[in-house]
Order: sequence, then C-alpha cells, then structure tokens
Amino acid sequence: MDLGKDLVAASATPLVLAILAEGESYGYAILKRVAELSGGHLQWTDGMLYPVLHRLERQRLVAAKWGTAENGRRRRYYRITKDGRTQLAAQRRQWQVVDDTLRGIWMKVQPA
Amino acid sequence: MSATPMPATMEDQIAQWRQFLRRRRAIESGDIEELEDHLRNQVTLLSDAGLAGDEAFLVAVKRMGSLDELSREFAREHSERLWKQLVIGEGAAAQASLRSDAFVALGLAVAAALSMKAPALFGHEFDEQATFYPRNASLLILPYLVGYFAWKRGLSVTRTLLLLLPFAVGAVFANIYPFAVPRSYTGTLTALHLPIALWLVVGVSYAAGQWFRGNARMDFVRFSGELFIYYVLLALGGGVFIMFTVLMFNAIGINAETLVAKWLLPCGIAGALLVGSWLVEAKQSVIENMAPVLTRVFTPFFTILLLTFLATMAWTGKPIDVQRNVLIAFDLLLVLVVGLVLYAASARDLHAPPNLFDRLQLLLIVSALLVDVLALAAIAARISDFGFTPNRVAALGENVILLVNLAWSAVVYVRFLSGHGSFAALERWQTAYLPVYSAWAAFVVIAFPPLFSYV
Repeated sequence: MDLGKDLVAASATPLVLAILAEGESYGYAILKRVAELSGGHLQWTDGMLYPVLHRLERQRLVAAKWGTAENGRRRRYYRITKDGRTQLAAQRRQWQVVDDTLRGIWMKVQPA
Repeated sequence: MSATPMPATMEDQIAQWRQFLRRRRAIESGDIEELEDHLRNQVTLLSDAGLAGDEAFLVAVKRMGSLDELSREFAREHSERLWKQLVIGEGAAAQASLRSDAFVALGLAVAAALSMKAPALFGHEFDEQATFYPRNASLLILPYLVGYFAWKRGLSVTRTLLLLLPFAVGAVFANIYPFAVPRSYTGTLTALHLPIALWLVVGVSYAAGQWFRGNARMDFVRFSGELFIYYVLLALGGGVFIMFTVLMFNAIGINAETLVAKWLLPCGIAGALLVGSWLVEAKQSVIENMAPVLTRVFTPFFTILLLTFLATMAWTGKPIDVQRNVLIAFDLLLVLVVGLVLYAASARDLHAPPNLFDRLQLLLIVSALLVDVLALAAIAARISDFGFTPNRVAALGENVILLVNLAWSAVVYVRFLSGHGSFAALERWQTAYLPVYSAWAAFVVIAFPPLFSYV
C-alpha cells in the first residue's frame, strides 16, 4: 500500500519528533525505525529526511551535534529539545482529533 | 554494523556520487557527509542481506531520491545558500523581471538624484558649508530605496506608507531643533546617526514584513555588506569620471568645478545608492559574495594586530594615552570587529562543526574585548577632566552597545566550540541585536540635542 504524498509529508514532523523522544538518534537509524514502526508501509525517499531534520533544527525543536560513528566516520546526531517535546504533545493532540473523527465515521461507512 | 572496508570500486562509485552532490549549490559539505554516512549504512545493510556490491549501491542511491528533488528540498530549507546561485525558476520570466527591475531602479535613481537637488530651489546648495545636507541627505535618498523594495516585494500601499512614516519623523527631528550655528556638535551627531536609525527601515522593507521570519535579517546583513562594497567601487569609478570631467574642460579653458560640486557629486551620491542596490539584487545570483571573503582575509591580520598590541602594552607597561578622540578610535575598532564577526557568520554553514577559523574568531573577539576594557578603564579615570560632551556620551553609549554584543558573542562562541551549542545561536544573537544599533541612533537623534541644549 502506498501512502499519499501529503499524508507522508504531514506525518513526518510528529514521527521524527516521537522517534527522537525515544532517545538521541541519527538519520539512517531514524528511517529504519520508521520502516520498523510502520511495518514497511511508510516509505520515505531516504534523502528527504535530512531537509526535514534541518528544518526542525532551525525551529529549535531538535538539536544536532557531530559525533563519531562506530565505524569511525563523522556522524550527525539529533536529539529532541524541550520545545520539541511541547510541539510533539501539541501534534499528538491534533492527530488524536483527526484519528477520533475518522474513527467515528469509519464505523458508519462501509468500505467499497 | 560491520566495519569491513568497502571494496575499492565501491569507494570510487561513492566518490563519484559525492562529486555529483557537490555540484548542487544548495547542498553543502556537511550535508554531503551526512548523506554519505546514510548511503554507506544502506549499502552495508543491503550487502549483508545478500546483494552484490554494485547492486547494493544502485538500490541505495535510488532510495536516496533523485538529485534534483533532493537539492530542491535542501534549497527550500536553506534558502540562504541560494543567495549566490539561484537554481530554481531561471528562464525567460526571470530575464523579463530583471529588465523591468533595471528600469524601476534607474528611474528611482534619477528621482533620488533630483530630490537631492530639490533643496537648491529653496537656497540650500550642496557645496556650501551649510548643515542642511549632512542632516538631510539620508532623508532625501533612502525613501527611494524603501520604494524600490516595496515595489520589488509587492508591498501594499498602506504598508509602504507606514514604512515611509519614520522618514517623516526623521525629517521633523533633523530640522526642528535650533542647532547652534555655525557648528553644532549635536547637529553633527544627528547627521551621523539618522542614517543608522533609518537603515533599519530599509531592512524592514527589504524583508517585506518577514523581518522575524527565517533568514530575512541575515539576508539583509548580506545585502548591506555587498551594497557597501558596490558603493565603494561605484564611488571610485565616479571619482575617476569627475577627474576626467575637470581635466578635459580645463584643457579648453572652462572651469567645470562648479558643475561637479553642484550637480555631479550630489546626484552621484544619491543615484549610486539605488544603482548599487539594484546591482546587488540582480547580481547576487552570479557572483561570489565579497564581504565574507574580505572578512576571511582580514580576520587573521586584525587578530595578530590586537594580540601584538596587548603584548606590547604588557611588555612596555605603556598605558593608553587618553587623547580627546581616543574613545571614537576604540568605537571604530569594535565596529570593525563586530563587522568581522557578523560577516563571518553570514557566510558560514550553520551545521558545519567547529573549525580553526571559529577559534580564530573567538581569539579576535576576546582580544578586542580586552583592548577595549583597557581603553575604557583609562577613559573612566579621566572622564571628569574632560566632562560629558555630547560626542563623548554618544561614543560611550556606542562602546557599551558594541561591548555587550561582543561579550555575549564570545560566550556563544565558547559554548559552540565546546560542543554545547550550535552556531545558529550566534547568528540569532547577531541578527536579534541589529535593531539595538538603530534604536540607540534614533535616541541620539531625538534626545541628544535638547539634552545638551543644541551645542
């Protein structure tokens, strides 16, 4: 099943923030976690994650620093900030509203 | 993940891929490193899952997404990087807008030149010793620059009028006070400070109401730096032009000096600002920014100068000789250092890790702070001898403002270098501080003349 582009884009921020709320991480690991959580249904073009991370950094929702990976190469690690957690909570409430609303109507409408 | 080295062919392929990324203006070295780390992880995973080397590479590259799309996404997030090279939306439309841009800019340049001459109708000549022009020149020229940006950014009429309001206020305060004649210190202060106060208004029109959004303020700093360089170049060219005018008419026995002083000079001063602004806006897509380049060249020299100065003072034990104008000299030094910090920040990749140049910057800031504190201490000891003249109070205020800026910049730099903060914090501090300069300048214009009874 392929998800629509808009839906993928809209879910990117809360998803990345939530994953970082689990602990510090880096790009590749975040994507792996997304694939794991969605059972492979939520597929991002790998490169697109990075502009999203940079935007979140600019908005100070996440903080980034360079570290060293286990293979000795430099790697950029991201962690969620206090603002990020506030934002995550807000997004969570918003998604809850969407989810509840859809659930309410799913019961009444028969799938085609 | 396994740390087994990749086969040589794979390294070649990755190097080639890196090369392709490097050609994209919106993607910088730090990003490439980050993306490469990702690519290597992906390749390793796929190889471990049983794919052959080049297959794994192909799949990993494909998953990364097309380079065009990727660089567009990066460009959207990092608009400041496209300042040099606009890769989105080039073509016929851009060409056409460039041409209409030129017409508007030239029209406004002529209008600014004419309004520079308009006071002559009321008996204010540019070449006389009068105080009218120094105090009012910025009021006669800058509104056209605001108009240019209002047109270029499509600001509404209401907004444009609001932006012109400060000029009306400036005109009132530049002219209602009964400044002492023939020379008034507070009058000179007004002439020096009014343009600084009004430059912020130009900035707001440049940012088109997005002053607090994203990179607008830093873009305006970049614009100001480039405009300064263009203006200096245009002034040099203008100097040569004037020289030839005088020489050639001299050859046929006609003195052209009045023409130069009354027409060429005032019109040139006004027109060059508009033309320079238009050039910066038009050429930002093609040329390398000069201000950051100059910053990089001169930061080491000024650091060495300051350190040598401090060492010499310590070695010889010579105190700073407090002359009358020493405070202004140290103000200028701080302005220069703030400029170096600002323009180094304007060209820096916010995500790159600390490097040698950052350490050098910190050294520059700290040594400038030390020198300035020594100077302030020397002045404080003698201030009662000199008394509080308007010039001295203004210089002292500026010194404090710049000192605060640099002191906090040093703190932010230390945090960044020790890995506890990002470089973005420095950029935020510098851009947030911009209105302070204008606010102080406005204060000097409005409050100083009455405070010091117009001397």
